[in-house]
Amino acid sequence: MKPLLEVKIGNLTLKNPVLTASGTFGYGLEYSQFFDISKLGGIVVKGLSLKPKEGNPPPRIYETPCGMINSIGLQNIGFDAFVKEKLPFLKKFDTKIIANFFGENLEEYEEVAQKLDATDGIHALEMNVSCPNKTSEWRKMGLQPELLREAVRKVRSKVKKTLIVKLSPQVTDIAYMAKICEEEGADAISLINTIPAMVIDVKTRRSLIGTLTGGLSGPAIRPIAVRMVWEVSRAVKIPVIGIGGIVNGRDAIEFFIAGAKAVAVGTANFINPLSAIEIIEEIEKFLIEEKIENINDLIGSLIE
Amino acid sequence: MNKIFRAEILKNHALTDDVYCLSVIVPFNINPKPGQFFIIKTNERLDPLLGRPFSIFDLEDKTLKFLYRIKGKGTSVLSKLKEGQIIQITGPFGNWYPFPKDDYIIIAGGIGIASVFYLMKKFPKKAYLFYGARHRREIFYYKELKDLAKEVFISTECGTFDYKGIVTEIFRQKGLHLNLPIYSCGPMAMIKELKKLLKNKNTPCYVATEERMACGIGACLGCVIETKEGFKRVCTEGPVFEIGDLIL
Repeated sequence: MKPLLEVKIGNLTLKNPVLTASGTFGYGLEYSQFFDISKLGGIVVKGLSLKPKEGNPPPRIYETPCGMINSIGLQNIGFDAFVKEKLPFLKKFDTKIIANFFGENLEEYEEVAQKLDATDGIHALEMNVSCPNKTSEWRKMGLQPELLREAVRKVRSKVKKTLIVKLSPQVTDIAYMAKICEEEGADAISLINTIPAMVIDVKTRRSLIGTLTGGLSGPAIRPIAVRMVWEVSRAVKIPVIGIGGIVNGRDAIEFFIAGAKAVAVGTANFINPLSAIEIIEEIEKFLIEEKIENINDLIGSLIE
Repeated sequence: MNKIFRAEILKNHALTDDVYCLSVIVPFNINPKPGQFFIIKTNERLDPLLGRPFSIFDLEDKTLKFLYRIKGKGTSVLSKLKEGQIIQITGPFGNWYPFPKDDYIIIAGGIGIASVFYLMKKFPKKAYLFYGARHRREIFYYKELKDLAKEVFISTECGTFDYKGIVTEIFRQKGLHLNLPIYSCGPMAMIKELKKLLKNKNTPCYVATEERMACGIGACLGCVIETKEGFKRVCTEGPVFEIGDLIL
């Protein structure tokens, strides 16, 4: 018998627990040349702001052992262009569209959240409070509990759709940050964002990243992400979406056992464009082999 | 079109200490255009993690060739792969050199020859080829180039073959007066020099650029370069750009 893969994140029902992580899947169409993206549980689109953003000066990426550092700087086409040029295409697919968003200040966060909330074809919102490649105070709200509290409260009051807050790993106690989000009405937590990192060319003594530092992603960070997902999921009642270096079904299963209700595949999309659907197949195979009828029976099943 | 395939290595041989030619068998017919690139994943492990982009060097039936220099971990691992091994290739990606209508000029520096060889193959006997390298042993496929081009001007920095000096200088002396479209690929210093030389010319000059890449399909926004119209992705808006649009 086919195992049940459906999970619920807030009011959002995902046909399977595999999403593609923001910033790694473009606006969806880039990958539709390789496979039917309707097979995905959902697509988290590239972080959106009110106005288009140019992003950071190159070089923007560098590969490190089992990972990569990026400093894209949230380059995006802006809310209006997204709705006009990208969303109509995405609407054709039978999958959930989650809009990742951010602002230069709290007012912008609220405004773009409100606009996305009112836009047909967007099923949930993911609030980015944790980009390591931006410097303004509000962009760092994910590092400061009181800023985070105020921001989640205000955004929550403006939106009805499922609100996910994406946390930074760059904090002393990530479970505490998650609890703040839960208290202020977030429907779910996603974690982790990339880890601030640096790589230097020893001959030129220059950083290999244009902005000097960037965010580390990929399998190199996976054990850190698993640990944080475990810490957060035992501290809050709302669902957790696990992100960090997942490249195959086994990796995803690790996150489910640690407590994640869904996972998002990021850097793996760059390694193999088919990663996300292969991961779905591998999860299904694992459940069959282990005679688990429902993915929900696996979630948070760590034996301590 | 199927853009992901597994290919068997036919040959992966050294031309010099650090320059190799890789030939693979593609499982079906493909129709890449000169200037486009493929991404080669060198192994199934996590280090190196990402595939590496290489422009198409040559294609004969189902034998696809890449000419590459060992620059880092990815190309180093690639150089150690042997005949019979299977690698994952995705592509072709990116834009291509606009097809020349008649005679044209090619200016290639070093391993940049890898990007323009296939152009000459598709449009033979029409190119004035200016090809520069550090040393004569780094002039690759001279015989083939001689057959494909209309005229060949080779320059080496040490003067061990034809002309002594940098390729842009030989072009200035022998080719600048020709009012023909230019196709170019080579090191940044060469492109900068070329841009200076062409400042007052209005013949088009197409340059194949290079940048570190992750996805290769326009999703990650990692490979941007600066142009007059802002950042552009080398993998999708490029790799070929008009030289006047590039901010070097």
